[in-house]
Amino acid sequence: MSASYTARDSATMLRRNLLHIRRYPSLSIILVAQPIVFLLVFVYVFGGTLGAGLPGQDGGAGRGDYLVFITPGILFMTVASVALGTAISTATDMTTGIIARFRAMNIARVSVLTGHVLGAVIRTGFAVVVVTAFAFLLGFRSDAGPLRWLGAIGLLILIAFSLTWLTVGLGLAADSVETASNTPLFLMILPFVSSAFVPTDAMPAGLRQFAQHQPFTPMIDTLRALVTGAPTGSELWFSIGWCVAIALLGYLWSRRLFLRVPAK
Amino acid sequence: MTATDPAIEVSGLTKSYGDHTVLDGVDLTVPGGAVYALLGPNGAGKTTVVNILATLLTPDDGEIRVAGFDVRRQPAEVRAAIGVTGQFSAIDELLTGAENLRLMADLAHLERARATTAVTVMLARFDLVDVADRRARTYSGGEKRRLDLAMTLLARPRLIFLDEPTAGLDPRSRRDLWAIVREQVSDGVTVLLTTQYLEEADQLADRIGVLDNGRLVAEGTAAELKRRVPGGHVSVQFHATVGLAAAAAAHPAATTDAEALTLQVPSDGSIAGLRRVLDGLDDDGVAGLTVSSADLDDVFLALTGRAAKVPAAEVPAAQAPAAERIPA
Repeated sequence: MSASYTARDSATMLRRNLLHIRRYPSLSIILVAQPIVFLLVFVYVFGGTLGAGLPGQDGGAGRGDYLVFITPGILFMTVASVALGTAISTATDMTTGIIARFRAMNIARVSVLTGHVLGAVIRTGFAVVVVTAFAFLLGFRSDAGPLRWLGAIGLLILIAFSLTWLTVGLGLAADSVETASNTPLFLMILPFVSSAFVPTDAMPAGLRQFAQHQPFTPMIDTLRALVTGAPTGSELWFSIGWCVAIALLGYLWSRRLFLRVPAK
Repeated sequence: MTATDPAIEVSGLTKSYGDHTVLDGVDLTVPGGAVYALLGPNGAGKTTVVNILATLLTPDDGEIRVAGFDVRRQPAEVRAAIGVTGQFSAIDELLTGAENLRLMADLAHLERARATTAVTVMLARFDLVDVADRRARTYSGGEKRRLDLAMTLLARPRLIFLDEPTAGLDPRSRRDLWAIVREQVSDGVTVLLTTQYLEEADQLADRIGVLDNGRLVAEGTAAELKRRVPGGHVSVQFHATVGLAAAAAAHPAATTDAEALTLQVPSDGSIAGLRRVLDGLDDDGVAGLTVSSADLDDVFLALTGRAAKVPAAEVPAAQAPAAERIPA
């Protein structure tokens, strides 16, 4: 199988997945609604109190500052939410008869998965645009120039790419669609033990160490630095490193699961 | 692969799952351009054979060549030569019929203009023009099966596998599908199909292999196989035990079902044979009469000495226990 066929088959499978996304809009709506609900709850329910506790606020402005603080975390949650949806759609796809047809065809087989990943990245792009617009609507303002926004978009795409390869693997490994909707939930929980919602310094010792060193924290910190105009520092390289590592592992794992001859 | 080379060559094919042996040394050869039917009940191993030949399953042992290529060492070449339509519809239900066919054209790496032509031709040929832009989810069983087959045939494979292609279809859709298969054969395509119905194998196949418990127990043309089967039977139902007993005495080879008051007399289906049965019967004593020709059950019985494991619901009560019907 030549490289040009691999690219062509992947493009074909991407078109197939984009049609699926268009034909099944309710999943996209739920996936985008999730982070928006988080944003609303955190800003309007918890935001007054949490904002007052942000370093350097001295009980001042509060809610508006908190919106600025959590928007990057919410953007990360958006990516995680769409990735979770990809585990479900991959697992659902595997239950359909057409997958057996693809397996018996002379095509680049991994393109079935590449189609899911690329489709998910595009879906993430839309979701991120909607959620960002919503944050601006609530009063989010940023001094970051276009170059920094480009950087943030690039990083979000990279995060989406890596988390999606992981969730495609989770979708393939799941024995049912229900399982596939549960196993990736850690992607939605781990951000709570990171710098997404509160600074890690506020956490007790053991938790703080975990929060500071888990892979999502540098990603969220870098996003925050990019969209607020702060220096990114070494966190940027940690983020890229984690993304590449997760993407590579997810890809190799998914590929192995998919190419493995089914037991029955 | 030329028309004279075997399209499929299998020798010593075995496959088991743990202790459960599914295929126990299958040998079969299908010449290019032929139609070969694998006949057998559920669980005989038909689908396993197809899946191994289609590179979807790895065999435990055996020499298997499809379209001249070794299924284990050259799976890509095998896949390029074959088309597979399985028992479960292999269509994308979220896409329309036209989009499904387009997907196949793109995956066959046809150039844009040829792909468009191929889609149009297949829609027309498989009578799907009216539903081309509807999602496949809304298709009827027959439409789904036609789309499925159109997707398999779009890239013009030289060898196609059809795994129980007419399962669950109404009689008209079944005949439509047979016509499509015959059309392929006249184009020189080699067909391996599996079926539970002797009639289907009879209608389509040049050669029939009877698969039972993972072994090929018989092979031949439909006529050859039928010659090995004692044929059908005549079932006579009586009003009373007296008539049944008298008739049973006159036909020692027959099977008596005392509860149903039924006598089953083996018959070759000829008029003479039927007359012999009728001659001994008293008009007043007979409640009903059925003439059955040889069916899969009879073929199985004759070849394996026991009834086919056809699901209970499909076996008329009067035929059970079937094993007693055949004279030793």
